[in-house]
Amino acid sequence: MEWLWLVPALVVLLALGLWLSWTANRLDRIHHRIDVARASLDTQLLHRSGTALELATSGALDPARSLLLVDTAHQARAASPEDFESAESDLSEALRAVLADAAEVTGLVTSPDVGPLLEELADDCRKVELARRFHNDVVASARALRSRRRVRWLGLAGRAPAPEAVDLDDDPPPALVAA
Amino acid sequence: MRIGLVCPYSLDIPGGVQNHVKDLAEALLGLGHDVSVLAPTEDDESMPPYVVRAGRAVPVPYNGSVARVSFGPVVAARVRRWLREGDFDVIHLHEPASPSLSLLALWAAECPVVATFHTSNVRSRAMSASASILRPSLEKITARIAVSEYARDTLVQHIGGEPVVIPNGVYVDRFADAQVREDWKGPGCTLCFVGRIDEPRKGLPLLLDAFPGIAEASPGVRLLVVGGGDVSAAQDRVPAGLRDQVTFLGRTTDAEKASALRTVDLYVAPNTGGESFGIVLIEAMAAGTAVLASDIPAFRRVLGEGAYGTGFRNEDAADLERKVVMLLRDDLARGPLREAASAAVRRYDWSSVAGRIVQVYETVIGSASRSVR
Repeated sequence: MEWLWLVPALVVLLALGLWLSWTANRLDRIHHRIDVARASLDTQLLHRSGTALELATSGALDPARSLLLVDTAHQARAASPEDFESAESDLSEALRAVLADAAEVTGLVTSPDVGPLLEELADDCRKVELARRFHNDVVASARALRSRRRVRWLGLAGRAPAPEAVDLDDDPPPALVAA
Repeated sequence: MRIGLVCPYSLDIPGGVQNHVKDLAEALLGLGHDVSVLAPTEDDESMPPYVVRAGRAVPVPYNGSVARVSFGPVVAARVRRWLREGDFDVIHLHEPASPSLSLLALWAAECPVVATFHTSNVRSRAMSASASILRPSLEKITARIAVSEYARDTLVQHIGGEPVVIPNGVYVDRFADAQVREDWKGPGCTLCFVGRIDEPRKGLPLLLDAFPGIAEASPGVRLLVVGGGDVSAAQDRVPAGLRDQVTFLGRTTDAEKASALRTVDLYVAPNTGGESFGIVLIEAMAAGTAVLASDIPAFRRVLGEGAYGTGFRNEDAADLERKVVMLLRDDLARGPLREAASAAVRRYDWSSVAGRIVQVYETVIGSASRSVR
């Protein structure tokens, strides 16, 4: 009858195993979500710089501002993964500088030629901000889970590098989003 | 877009979250989206066609008060069927951190999930405890929205991350064009209070304590009280000679509330705390009525730190009395604030708020269409 103690021991082991595999599953799901969120952010950023280029070449702005926009938008699109945060922040700053005059922006938004383009740009700017926040939100949950003892000691996170939050200035031009 | 909204509380009982869900559903339908709302309902009263019943709500003690929520195996099965039949591009849950329908929907969902958090919770200890239980499910949420900076702070403190703030919406024109009720006006100026009359946090006792002084300085003043609760207890607080100057309208329809806000000269919000947003302040601003509110943080923010309305020291009846008397006497002091408020309130209009929420949907759907898991 001594083997009877084996039964509870096996049950405990089984429960522990299930719990650990559930945790590993959770981690895997979160890492996947980060990839999806990052891809979404990249898409929104590409979309924004594309619209900025279109605005720069639309002829609605004076040459000085057009040149500034073309340059920063190109830099943002060509930036390496290490530099994209600063390049995109530069684009945000350039957009704010170019669209600083509230009265002019209101006029442009209502004009039939560039109005739709500016609306698209406003939409893009908002969505960049949303996508960046949603990405960082998942990163925060991932980091919280990865810091758990069971995850660290048993290496449940595998060899996946610790996810990093994206830190960039994505404040839209105030006049653009107010309009 | 096929959008599924989940409201955790019974739709036939008035409340901030319920109103928000109904208004949002209508705004989204107006934009041409397919919308279905899953919500508990009390009885077989007629519901708008876009509402799907999740079953009865049972009252349970939760977080220091009584919440009417629905759960259990039957409800869970209905949630799964609703998700299957709806085949939604995105589902939008409200108040998912409570033991309710929203949590069940989150559990069963396989499409992208957006969640809106309405409360700014002072009972941090309770929420910290539940945060660890909730975390695995909350990880399924793709996008988190808070309705105010305060709701956002609560969320960041307990769960972390970077929620987006999108304020509650108001149909501004419903208030701006509400009918003015001459029969509710007094011989002098008219004030208005909105909120449950027997809930001390809404602050009616404070206003009633200040009322005799107000009546003395402003003869013929009338106070309209909009909201349910025990009238006789509240009446006892008013001196007998002034009782005919305080009119209790009881629980009103939305249209009557809008009329009351539009009719009066000054809306007073003496709430002592526990407010995360202050939607009635926005509604009064939309109705073009001057606002006087306690200086709790949520209200100060809505009033633009004094740009759109006046504040008084929270829980200070003497200061409340002084400010009411000052505002009633000086029509010029109210005018510019009212004009600034009417302009500022446009950004809370559903036309703009719904657009921002749709941007959130588009962002999460865009990211999920590449791969869903």
